Amino acid sequence: MTSADTPVVLAPVTEDLVAGGPERHRRPRASSLARAQAGTAGAFLLPNLVLVVIFLLIPIAMAVYYSFEKMGSLGTAQFLGVNNYLDLFRDSYFWQTLWNTLVFTVFTVPVGMALGLALAVLLNGVLPGRVVYRSIIFVPLVISGVATGVLGAWMFDQYNGFFNKLLAAIGISGPQWQSSGPWAMTSLVIMTLWQRVGFDMLIYLAGLQGVDPQLLEAATVDGASPWQRFRRVTFPLLGPSTFFLLIMNIIYSFQVFDTVWAMTRGGPDYSTTTVVTYTFREAFDEHGPQQLGYGAAIGVVIFLVTMAITVLQWRLSRTRDQAS
Amino acid sequence: MTVAVGAGVLADAEVQPDSVQPRPRYPRQKRGRFFWLRMVVAVVATVIVLFPLYWMVVTALSPQSDMYAPGLHLWPQHFTWDNFVTPIERFPVGRWFLNSTVITVAVTAITVVCNLLAGYAFAKFRFPGRSALFLVLLSTMMIPVQAIIVSQFRLSITLGLFGNIWAVIFPESATVFGIFLARQFFVSIPDELLEAARVDGAGQLRTFAQIVLPLCKPLIAVLTLLTVSYEFNAFGWPLVVLFGNEQLYTLPIGMVADLQSEYASDYPAIMAMNLLMIAPMVILFLAFQRYFVQGLARSGIK
Repeated sequence: MTSADTPVVLAPVTEDLVAGGPERHRRPRASSLARAQAGTAGAFLLPNLVLVVIFLLIPIAMAVYYSFEKMGSLGTAQFLGVNNYLDLFRDSYFWQTLWNTLVFTVFTVPVGMALGLALAVLLNGVLPGRVVYRSIIFVPLVISGVATGVLGAWMFDQYNGFFNKLLAAIGISGPQWQSSGPWAMTSLVIMTLWQRVGFDMLIYLAGLQGVDPQLLEAATVDGASPWQRFRRVTFPLLGPSTFFLLIMNIIYSFQVFDTVWAMTRGGPDYSTTTVVTYTFREAFDEHGPQQLGYGAAIGVVIFLVTMAITVLQWRLSRTRDQAS
Repeated sequence: MTVAVGAGVLADAEVQPDSVQPRPRYPRQKRGRFFWLRMVVAVVATVIVLFPLYWMVVTALSPQSDMYAPGLHLWPQHFTWDNFVTPIERFPVGRWFLNSTVITVAVTAITVVCNLLAGYAFAKFRFPGRSALFLVLLSTMMIPVQAIIVSQFRLSITLGLFGNIWAVIFPESATVFGIFLARQFFVSIPDELLEAARVDGAGQLRTFAQIVLPLCKPLIAVLTLLTVSYEFNAFGWPLVVLFGNEQLYTLPIGMVADLQSEYASDYPAIMAMNLLMIAPMVILFLAFQRYFVQGLARSGIK
């Protein structure tokens, strides 16, 4: 708190913290001041750090530990070693839920991004009322996954839902959205797209603001068709937005839970149970806490996969930066 | 988190286009080929997004017999408020609404204060291990709730939080996203200003509270709105820790734990409650959209 005369140490902090930056160059005469600053910084950081350590870092360490135990909510835990992981490896439901998650991701991510891009391009140009269209398309973003799932369950109700009534009105007998696994997954994907497309559109709209209109005009002068202008100029310039969305959407789809639970409860049978939904079914379900150790093991696997995606993102984005 | 980043970018999308692209670039005769096609596609897309919400309202205001009768009617045949009244009389929906509100307010207050303080430390102080700490905090953003849900469950019992709403509030407040948002903003505040305050004899905390914070209203507004919309919709952890304790449920938990099983064949009641659940966030979003957008634009977040 006593650093009133330290302009040196207070130089603007503009270097990228993650990259390390030039702060490595120690200035010997600033060491006591640095210590005073460190104390103040510590005080400012303390509340947030306490919460993060207690409720995020300790739990992730505990999760690894628990994953080696057999544990219910009652009674003493029993050390199992890697048995939970071996069970997981042999558990056909686990592989099925992993497959479901993959299917869900493959159908939600690219389709959502393509729709978002199309809408962004559409609403980026001058169009009467476009601000209204944008606002409406953003609205599902602030609606909870639970509300989305509940709404989806009703829209796709196979007897009285809107879609099957609409199909019946034109003489088609609608699909069995609840009792057929593939159709249940389809309805889940559609509702997720409904909720998420606004996010994709939003990021692409921002990306489009960074596209220099002069480049497009130059392309027009050179005789490029609208499609060529999009394909050869706009889309490559949107690369960072596409990359960001790809990673965010993959992580989101991989961890989906609330929409699934509210809409299908993972059913029929296990056909819409994603990995994260499976953790919940195994560890808690409706009967209260049960296979906590096994649930922890699945949780650790989810964490590792998420980390792998993130590290991949980091490395790829660094390569990108170096290339450009 | 995703909403946050998205909203950050929205700033550029909303604030600039009208000034950057003057209307005369689309003269009337040039509208011809694509204009109507674009118009139609835009309207159709908007209607598709809006329709499920409209259908929720129609269902919530119609008697059950109408919605379960064969045939499709695009607007209510008979109006009724029964779908709101019945569940509210049967379940402590008002209590759930209150719980949701209390939890949201508490988590938002804790999160915003902690993130502002920490963001300021990263922006304006130098201390050993700063980069490393920043990286560690960044990586906690990748921890999925489900990976730690079992440990948090045990921990909340150990800490004696289990069985009251603090079991939701504390773990939900352990977030770091706002730190990065806040740091971005604080970096842009000139050091000369802080220096002047210090020359006048203000301590660090006073400088922060009386000089820096008043300049940060947009940042505080954005952090608050994002945390509120995230927390009001929180599901995974509250479900685990509150399940079975009806008086402590939040709206999403009440919906999934009670309403969905009780009204499995009465969707008008479900839709009425769903409408109650989404209304605060939709209103908040529509009311603050501009301010939200402008605040982010000034903070220069990308």
